[in-house]
Amino acid sequence: MSAAIDVATQHELEQLHSRYAALLDDGPLAQWPELFTEECLYLLIPRDNHDLDLPLAIMRCESRGMLRDRVRAVEQTVMHEPRYLRHHITNATAVWADGELHGVAHYSVLEVLPDALPRVLSCGRYVDRVVRCDDGRLRYAERRCIYDSVLVPNTIVYPV
Amino acid sequence: MTHNERVWPGDDATRLPYWIYSDPDIYQREMSRIFRGSIWAYAAIEAEIPEPGDFRVTRIGDRSVIVIRDEHGVIRAFVNRCAHRGVKLCRQQRGNTRFFVCPYHQWSYDAQGRLKGVPFIKGVKQMGGMPDDFRREDHGLPTLAVTVRNGVVFVSFHESPPPFPEYLGETNLRYFDRVFDGRKLRLLGYSRQLIPGNWKLMFENIKDPYHASLLHVFLVTFGLFRADQKSQVRMDATGMHALLISQRGEAGKSTDTADISNLREDFTLEDPRLLDPVREYSDDATVVMQTIWPNLIVQQQSNTLALRQLQPRGPESFELHWTFFGYEDDDETMTRRRLRQANLMSSAGLVSADDSEVIKLAQDGTREHPKDAGVLLMGGRDTEDVPHMVTEAAIRAFYVRYREVMEL
Ligand SMILES: [Fe+2]
Repeated sequence: MSAAIDVATQHELEQLHSRYAALLDDGPLAQWPELFTEECLYLLIPRDNHDLDLPLAIMRCESRGMLRDRVRAVEQTVMHEPRYLRHHITNATAVWADGELHGVAHYSVLEVLPDALPRVLSCGRYVDRVVRCDDGRLRYAERRCIYDSVLVPNTIVYPV
Repeated sequence: MTHNERVWPGDDATRLPYWIYSDPDIYQREMSRIFRGSIWAYAAIEAEIPEPGDFRVTRIGDRSVIVIRDEHGVIRAFVNRCAHRGVKLCRQQRGNTRFFVCPYHQWSYDAQGRLKGVPFIKGVKQMGGMPDDFRREDHGLPTLAVTVRNGVVFVSFHESPPPFPEYLGETNLRYFDRVFDGRKLRLLGYSRQLIPGNWKLMFENIKDPYHASLLHVFLVTFGLFRADQKSQVRMDATGMHALLISQRGEAGKSTDTADISNLREDFTLEDPRLLDPVREYSDDATVVMQTIWPNLIVQQQSNTLALRQLQPRGPESFELHWTFFGYEDDDETMTRRRLRQANLMSSAGLVSADDSEVIKLAQDGTREHPKDAGVLLMGGRDTEDVPHMVTEAAIRAFYVRYREVMEL
């Protein structure tokens, strides 16, 4: 059974999404994993794979530790051109089910490379399970980023 | 550039002129001489189209091609373009069908590409219709030759390509059969990226073990690929295909990593499940990267198995189409391991991202200097197999062959 969420929870959820966008776009990136639970699951999935029930995700983090590893690897080991990213997260909805928020939101990420016009790096939807943790905060227990833009413009350096 | 301005310095492949990466005439010549030459191009794996009527649309060179399993279970391939007015026939990427119907005038074709239906072929009320000498059998879809090797489908626009084993040569066939050993494959998923560079830059990259131990800080940091590891570079007799074979070594610092300025010695994984490779083949190789002319890279990087198909999209960009797979007899743990290690690969890969970024920079740099040339001297001037990775021999071998085929 699922139940509607109240206005305060809706607001709190949207605040979480906004915080997520701010940390990815403006940093510090190292704090981004803190928006997830310890046992979380984060997947970046081409829509084709999702629709065909194929398990491959192009980013797969199965714990907060793996999210931190991803962040450190991106910051310390990946060679990439500098870029600005801007997340736009809209149409956030959720219901309560089994003590968790089951949410969906639309997203698009604009990317600006040093010598180019802005472009859409990725667009799609987030399918989330969000839980209220012991410290009273909402965190993502699961975020599946299912992207419609299956032909990726070159490289996705940072999490979506 | 005009024909006269295109000069290739020297008669070997130790210098690479930059016009080969952006000249539209060269690109057109590659499409006809290489991609429609006497070759086998990778198209699909059988596991994608297991049932009669299952089809998938792919690109061979810059042409859209339908690959389908017909009602008898035979895999067929034909051009994805209506014979009537040139309209793209199939708009889906994949599916199951008995007929392809052109949306424009509803000409329909069966799973062998034969024209079956032409609306109003006899006219309406004795008016119009096709001339009496119109024969449907003259207007089928151009078909491609098909060969299947242990679950992998190759096609050719050429009417008489050599037998596949002969095409690959003994050594390359042996390594191909090492991964495709006859076990049924399990499709794990796709990843697609549009890389803003010439398609050959991708081949060069995979034929270049020299860069891998320098550019890929992540690989080096975790001992997955290093200059001091036991390794080999092997070609076929023509130089078209190549193998980079390497064994995993130790993580951390060693004397031979002293040249690597940005090695992260202090980097350890908080969740080591990301890298938890197990040996799965009878030999000790932990990385085998095979490049198969003209459009395929077969990748074994620890336990991630993938086919990377190159689909040129004009001289300055190509789609890299990744198909990740395992085996049908993989258990849950193995599948999960493959999926985790896929974090290193494709458009968001902790390793591959370095490559797609550097290919863009190579395109950006060479575009501005078409009359200049790069240097390919690491490991000498020859194109022989070597038991180490400090060499550009496989790139040289590729371009020696390229010059023959392209008459450049
Ligand atoms: Fe590389």
